[in-house]
Amino acid sequence: MSTATRSRPIRVVLAKVGLDGHDRGVQVVARALRDAGMEVIYTGLWQTPEEVVRAVEDEDADVLGISILSGAHKTLVPLLTEALRAKGLSHVTLILGGIIPEGDIPTLEQLGVAKVFTPGASLTEITEFLSQAARR
Amino acid sequence: MATDSKTSAREAWEAALAKAQERDTSLTTISGREIEPLYAPAETSDEYESQLGYPGQYPFTRGVHANMYRGRLWTMRQFAGFGTPAETNQRFKFLLERGQTGLSTAFDLPTLMGLDSDHATSRGEVGRLGVAVDTIDDFERLFQGIDLGGVSVSMTINAPAAIILAFFLVVAERQGVSWDRIRGTLQNDILKEYHAQNEYVFPPAPSVKLVTDTIEFCTRHVPQFNPVSISGYHIREAGATAAEELGFTLADGFHYVEQGIARGLAVDDFAPRLSFFFNAHSDFLEEIAKFRASRRIWARHLRERYGAASPRSWMLRFHAQTSGVSLQAQQPEVNVIRVAYQALAAVLGGCQSLHTNSRDETLSLPTEEAVTIALRTQQVLAFETGVVNSADPLGGSHAVESLTDAIEEEAEQIFREIERQGGMISSIENGYFRRRIADSAFLYQREVDARRKLIVGVNAFTEGDHTTVPTLEIDEAIEHTQLANLSRVKAERDQAAMQQALDEVRRAAGAKENLMPALLDAARARVSVGETMAALAEVLGRYNPAVSSS
Repeated sequence: MSTATRSRPIRVVLAKVGLDGHDRGVQVVARALRDAGMEVIYTGLWQTPEEVVRAVEDEDADVLGISILSGAHKTLVPLLTEALRAKGLSHVTLILGGIIPEGDIPTLEQLGVAKVFTPGASLTEITEFLSQAARR
Repeated sequence: MATDSKTSAREAWEAALAKAQERDTSLTTISGREIEPLYAPAETSDEYESQLGYPGQYPFTRGVHANMYRGRLWTMRQFAGFGTPAETNQRFKFLLERGQTGLSTAFDLPTLMGLDSDHATSRGEVGRLGVAVDTIDDFERLFQGIDLGGVSVSMTINAPAAIILAFFLVVAERQGVSWDRIRGTLQNDILKEYHAQNEYVFPPAPSVKLVTDTIEFCTRHVPQFNPVSISGYHIREAGATAAEELGFTLADGFHYVEQGIARGLAVDDFAPRLSFFFNAHSDFLEEIAKFRASRRIWARHLRERYGAASPRSWMLRFHAQTSGVSLQAQQPEVNVIRVAYQALAAVLGGCQSLHTNSRDETLSLPTEEAVTIALRTQQVLAFETGVVNSADPLGGSHAVESLTDAIEEEAEQIFREIERQGGMISSIENGYFRRRIADSAFLYQREVDARRKLIVGVNAFTEGDHTTVPTLEIDEAIEHTQLANLSRVKAERDQAAMQQALDEVRRAAGAKENLMPALLDAARARVSVGETMAALAEVLGRYNPAVSSS
């Protein structure tokens, strides 16, 4: 995978929103994206949607990756997409990873989530998706 | 002389076996063949005696009871909690009516983080992953109509554990149950939160001081209760290897022992009430070896390093849970098979209590149907497979003994490394645990991605579309009900008494006294979990480890 056609590497903000502290997945993904040449900012645990969107704005990120395992995605994702819209950041590619029931995915996609990665998604799948999404 | 000690060890075990009760059930194979309670070499060597010995005897490699499951099966303790206290109370009664003898309480994320349901960051999380508890009123409702003198209650809570213990004791008091009759377990293992699970609030040292307060208080006033369940489960789920799970967890256990001794407690007065919680992962032989090694290491360190004289202090008792992280969203029915093998490893490893995960837990909390299959998995294991008929049936297997020795050696290297890092608190603060776990998690994922480790349905034997299974929905109205209940309590309580109790919590925290008396009074004055935690944080501080970026 090459990011040579871009003037700068893909910038990714990764965040855990809500109170859930399971960060194995987000840390593994952060390392894989860095190995693939992307710039990764992991905001750490317990972020509010507003804090995450501020990080996206401050870091001028191309991608926002959210990790949620707590079942709170139906409450938190609408707050996130609304906060992105309010800041004029709707062009940022929003991806989601975690324990998300299959039935919730269409609703999340309608809200503007570009892709939902559930358990079993490979690191290659995630990095390839992001490099293509950012090329568009 | 060696012969005499060997003879006496065997004789002591035979004497214990003769005294032990057996379950009223056939202890033969399906074909009617008699099964011995233990298989051991007729002529044992000195090495056998020191490394393995007999079940119920030092170093307990082969189990903590002389006849293991021939006497009593492990406790089938499924973890439950959702919604409001009233809903979880109904689920508890449902389980008790069906013969469950122990309860296991799951709290929601706001409660686990010491926040009230009305806190801004609690939105969307109230009652979702467990039961919401804000004040003593909630706790009373949770156990309404359940005799706390007659049932053992396990509570999975860490940062606010001392507050929840205070709630529990006040409810018992109101039910007229004296504290010396209370049985159960408080997870209360804050150290593993810094290594892996991340539900910490205060910095490590004052957090450990709070845990020591509960150990001291229970040793003196709640003698049948386990004040800590030292937990490797979450360390493993975060990505640690089997040996790291074991090494980190036992190191945490040693740290609590040292704190108890430093507090002036006699090791034999509190060590017997320390319990453990391990992960039962997929690598069958390695897991069995891990459980066996854990008992041997604990026994040796307690006896030789901490000078414990009572065999009950040397004995490592553990609860096991099958591995949540091993479950897959693809072909979820296959998870039933994974759980069955993991549960078999836990039982062959000699667990005292077991939770089997449900097939749908990669998608949501389990449905009633899924949790029933998970429970039936344990029942088939207990009543049909025959593995319960002799203690440590794989003991003596060259593979299992060699793996047990190897895991023990690796755990000992980890203890030495923690010492080199300056001890437990320094190793947390310098990121040693988190670095090792993150490295192991990443290496494992790379192996899976490269298909050097195969996972059915994920990178091998895949099917086109995901198979869907029914999932449990939590009603969003739960949050409104809980918020209404909390605001009613906050409005109607005696505000002066509440403030006075809260001031006393602050004062006792500043004075570095045992906090339990102040927390008990705060519970009685209907101070909420969030208010108490905030007051403690003013004195103890909050922990914010650095975040990474590149």
